[in-house]
Amino acid sequence: MPKTVPVVEQILSANDQIALQNRYQFDAAGLFAINLMASPGAGKTSLIMATIQALKNEHRIAFIDGDLASSIDADKVAALGVPAVQINTGGACHLDAVMLQSALPQLSLEELDLLLVENVGNLVCPSSFRLGVHRSVLIASVPEGDDKPYKYPVMYNGVDVVVINKTDVLDSFDFDMDYFQRGVEILNPGLVFCPISCKTGEGLAGWLEWVQAELVAFQAAGGASYKIR
Amino acid sequence: MHELSITQSILEIALRHADEAARITRLNLVIGELSSIIGDSVQFYWDIISKGTVAEGAILHFERIKARFRCSDCEKEFEPNSGNFECPYCGSYQVELVTGREFQLESIEVE
Repeated sequence: MPKTVPVVEQILSANDQIALQNRYQFDAAGLFAINLMASPGAGKTSLIMATIQALKNEHRIAFIDGDLASSIDADKVAALGVPAVQINTGGACHLDAVMLQSALPQLSLEELDLLLVENVGNLVCPSSFRLGVHRSVLIASVPEGDDKPYKYPVMYNGVDVVVINKTDVLDSFDFDMDYFQRGVEILNPGLVFCPISCKTGEGLAGWLEWVQAELVAFQAAGGASYKIR
Repeated sequence: MHELSITQSILEIALRHADEAARITRLNLVIGELSSIIGDSVQFYWDIISKGTVAEGAILHFERIKARFRCSDCEKEFEPNSGNFECPYCGSYQVELVTGREFQLESIEVE
């Protein structure tokens, strides 16, 4: 006679369990970590380089990049004088917590304030794989079109910041900023919205203010209140 | 997309709760409509990885939870029409997910 055994357990994949471990490491080291995601070419590396250039004298920053191949991004960032680690995923289309965990021993976490993780260029998969960071940022760009949040709502959900880059070419595209902003704010109450041009610098100050404010808040209160991103 | 890893977790949890039971006959899973989990993929991996365990042959039952949103402006709850997440009462886009992303193992049946 079959009997029912209550379980009521959330199914955390093995990836989520490793993400938790990564988070413990970050929190123990007092290191604030951000995951930046976007389609290829939207401007992840450009934004990260602008951020590092602006903040590296005040904060100890490190960079981890995920790409299928090459060390192009890590080399560019290393030239700015900060520790830069390259993960080559081979075929994987996203970073996961296991890959990130394997890269961490290459950094001295206790000697860092801010870790910027650049995910593989891909709009769909990265948001499904928690890394264990504190904040996640999605970078969209004007040439990609203003309807992507409506086409991929579940993928846009669960990010803390949406940056819309390449505002300098708004005149060349049919891009309705209000329509786009409404789409990203659906399912994301409290989302931070940053129109930017990495090329001209327009809007960058707002982004940097957010990063700085987050660092101050984290250093004061620790990592406990942040979702596992 | 990561259904193999998830299915491995389901098996691990089920086996842990099975204790001394000779066989697990059924797993009762709850999946939210917006959880991005494909039930067919879980079933596919389950059939492979449960072989040789006390869970071999167990039926996977999926209870699906519909997506429900709550409007931050007028505070009413609603179920969205496909692809349209704005509040049907006041038109606001400031909506929060109340249910729809669940993924848990509610219970198992053993003998």
